[in-house]
Amino acid sequence: MSVLTDSSRRSFLKGSAVLGAGLVVGFVIPGANRFARAADPGFAPNAFVRIAPDSSVTILLGHAEMGQGIWTGLTMLIAEELDADWSKIRVQHGPASAALYGLPAFGGMQITGGSTSTWMEFDRYRQAGAAARLMLIEAAAKRFNVAPSQVRTEAGVVIAGEQRATYGELANEAGQLPVPDPASIKLKDAKDWTLIGKPTKRLDSPEKITGQAKFGMDVQFEGLLTAMVARPPVLGGSVRSFDAQAALAVPGVHKVLQVPTGVAVVADHYWAAKLGRDALKIDWDLGPNAGLDSVALLQGFRKLASTAGTPASQAGDVGAALAKATKTVDVEYSVPYLAHAPMEPLNCTVRITNQQCEIWTGTQFQTLDQMVAAKITGLKPEQVVIHTEFLGGGFGRRANPTSDFVSEAVQVAHAAGAPVKTVWSREDDIRGGYYRSAFLHHARIGLGPDGLPLAWQHVLVGQSIMAGTMLEASMVKDGIDKTSVEGVADSPYLAGLANHRVDLHSPKTGISVLWLRSVGHTHTAFVMESLIDELAAAAGKDPVDYRRTLLKDHPRHLGVLNLAVEKANWQAPLPAGHALGVAVHESFGSYVAQVTEVSQDNLKIRVHRVVCAVDCGIAVNPASIAAQMESCITFGLGFTLHSKVTFKDGQVVQSNYHDYQVLRFNEMPEVQVHILPSTEKPGGIGEAGVPPTAPAVANAVYALTGQRLRELPLQLEGV
Amino acid sequence: MLTFNINGNDQPLEVPGDMPLLWVLRDVAHLTGTKFGCGMAQCGACTVHVDGAPLRSCITPAAAVANGQKIVTIEGLSSDGSHPVQRAWAEIDVVQCGYCQSGQIMSAVALLAKIPAPTDSDIDQALSGNICRCGTYPRIRAAIKRAAHIAEA
Repeated sequence: MSVLTDSSRRSFLKGSAVLGAGLVVGFVIPGANRFARAADPGFAPNAFVRIAPDSSVTILLGHAEMGQGIWTGLTMLIAEELDADWSKIRVQHGPASAALYGLPAFGGMQITGGSTSTWMEFDRYRQAGAAARLMLIEAAAKRFNVAPSQVRTEAGVVIAGEQRATYGELANEAGQLPVPDPASIKLKDAKDWTLIGKPTKRLDSPEKITGQAKFGMDVQFEGLLTAMVARPPVLGGSVRSFDAQAALAVPGVHKVLQVPTGVAVVADHYWAAKLGRDALKIDWDLGPNAGLDSVALLQGFRKLASTAGTPASQAGDVGAALAKATKTVDVEYSVPYLAHAPMEPLNCTVRITNQQCEIWTGTQFQTLDQMVAAKITGLKPEQVVIHTEFLGGGFGRRANPTSDFVSEAVQVAHAAGAPVKTVWSREDDIRGGYYRSAFLHHARIGLGPDGLPLAWQHVLVGQSIMAGTMLEASMVKDGIDKTSVEGVADSPYLAGLANHRVDLHSPKTGISVLWLRSVGHTHTAFVMESLIDELAAAAGKDPVDYRRTLLKDHPRHLGVLNLAVEKANWQAPLPAGHALGVAVHESFGSYVAQVTEVSQDNLKIRVHRVVCAVDCGIAVNPASIAAQMESCITFGLGFTLHSKVTFKDGQVVQSNYHDYQVLRFNEMPEVQVHILPSTEKPGGIGEAGVPPTAPAVANAVYALTGQRLRELPLQLEGV
Repeated sequence: MLTFNINGNDQPLEVPGDMPLLWVLRDVAHLTGTKFGCGMAQCGACTVHVDGAPLRSCITPAAAVANGQKIVTIEGLSSDGSHPVQRAWAEIDVVQCGYCQSGQIMSAVALLAKIPAPTDSDIDQALSGNICRCGTYPRIRAAIKRAAHIAEA
């Protein structure tokens, strides 16, 4: 990290006058990336910390709060080193800026995703807090006329002997001092942490329980209009012609405009826009995907799976080893397309003037939003100002390679010549064009006389998220999209296996696909952990003992497996008609095992209890980790038991929560979360609990019924 | 012109009678605490109270509730989070993204008004119409039980 030069520092402080008087600590991102350079001529500092004369501490986040708890977790990192008074802390989303908040690992772009926020920012946020504290100490030393070494800090107060000053009282003096080089700052030893590791309640609770929290949907101002867009009923379709007469006759409708994605109805409010859209008559050209059909797609995937694809991982001679197997398990697994369906339907508010394009929305991907908005409006990316609002759920949908919902809203406001909030209905969301790809796996695994695998052949068929996007260059290597095979190609079960081969087919279908919470692991963990259970059964072994044998060189897998099994009383008797299943999986640098207890009610699967053990390295906020595991399990149970998107005659069959079902309150099991103490570097926590849920349930269903369900959502068969 | 009694105040508003109460509240009365999630009474994010009963405002026509019925929204519970249910929500640290929570809280308040010490099955029945995609269900259950204690005290 560079230190601010004097001249750039002056311009930074001038530029940040809008933040108010006081101490501002700013850093530059190492080697500011090419987007940042394009976006920000000259020096672009970053400000995470602001201390006002009234001693309030404002933390500006580069990441977006979508429920995962970074509002609190990242703030704890700063507060730990700052010795801040926790009660005086306020948090805001910072301004959208790659230069300020870009992440080197994401090509310098500002993005929230991939379960990266805590571990990627672990040093930078602590350094930001520490630098601010050092400057306050320096200011106090000058004021008290003592050496800095005689000054200490405590909960927002600087103390030297009998002399005391609050951070607020010192803010202006500290703001005159040079910023220390972050690299030179000695951070606290872990043993001295008072906040990191302490279960800490969410800072965004008060506004979210009183209805005062502002989500993108809640943005309102004088003169703002609301639009809804009629989009083609088939992905890839287009408008041939339309008749706006009836729509324009709806009271409250101002304009009907053709935009690249369809026809926009711009009105006083949502209801008028909706009635107007309902009244539109549009002749659609359905385009090349009018024949899309889920049954045919799956058949196509199955055919591909019988052929060799692009190798993603291989060792030895699988064919020869399979021929020597004592037993062979030869099976197919499949999962459907999924929609993200966050509770807050997509929306984006845009106001364009000659000098700037102002955007209010809940977004995970500010840098790309700025780029697409700039392109549409002819402005520069730095003239695109984004106010990041709370996200009513993201799950990956609010970051995509086209910034579709932002791009469209900018097109609408641009065409309307007025500030417009473009709002999606739930139906628009479910049918709106980004899905977790369907996947089909075909595995042939040979067991030796000891019952352990000696050969593993695995073919995956599913669409690539990255192919054809701006991320292809970094994420697709030798024809392999890492997100398609993560959890299989890098599985600990294959790592020590002399003969294995993993092949990938990435067919193109016309369906736009996207990461969904835990990405490739959503399907690979289901398949791998179900397969291990199948192998244990074929070998006549207990599924836990079998895993212990295979994972003997993987201590962190073993650690969570053993903890979950112990806490769940794996061997203890269960109520009649109940059974347990287990799964363990690593993703995003965290290790999670789950033991699930199920029963059946006719053909309905009931999940009673999920015991979850997690090793995510250093646990920054254990309260948040427990909440995220509960969240992941709920999310995983939704697609384990219910959710699927299917296509017929080119159209998405499902439309709203009645037919795109997610987990409901009465289906929620008891969840226990156990965190394994660790000093390893922090892993991600927003996604890693999702992958083991589906296989743990499927394995429990097998233990209960003898039915090995190899397709999601799980569906018991009648006798 | 229709007159609505919202959070104790009579408000005359120029809205068509078939406009769902949700959009009257959000887009006309500018009370954005009540959320839009599905538009067809599937998710419960839009739950408000009408004469004390929980109602999905996204499918309730304005004209049906403009005859003196008392409409209470999340903003009408308390602005400082002091309502016993809100206090319980804070204690149990329920929220995540928070988008569904206004509706969850309104459903919980209505349940507790009817059944001061609800059983698990009462809670299941009252809350199964409120979807949360973040998975705050276990904490909602705990918070409702906690709220019952706070109200009792």
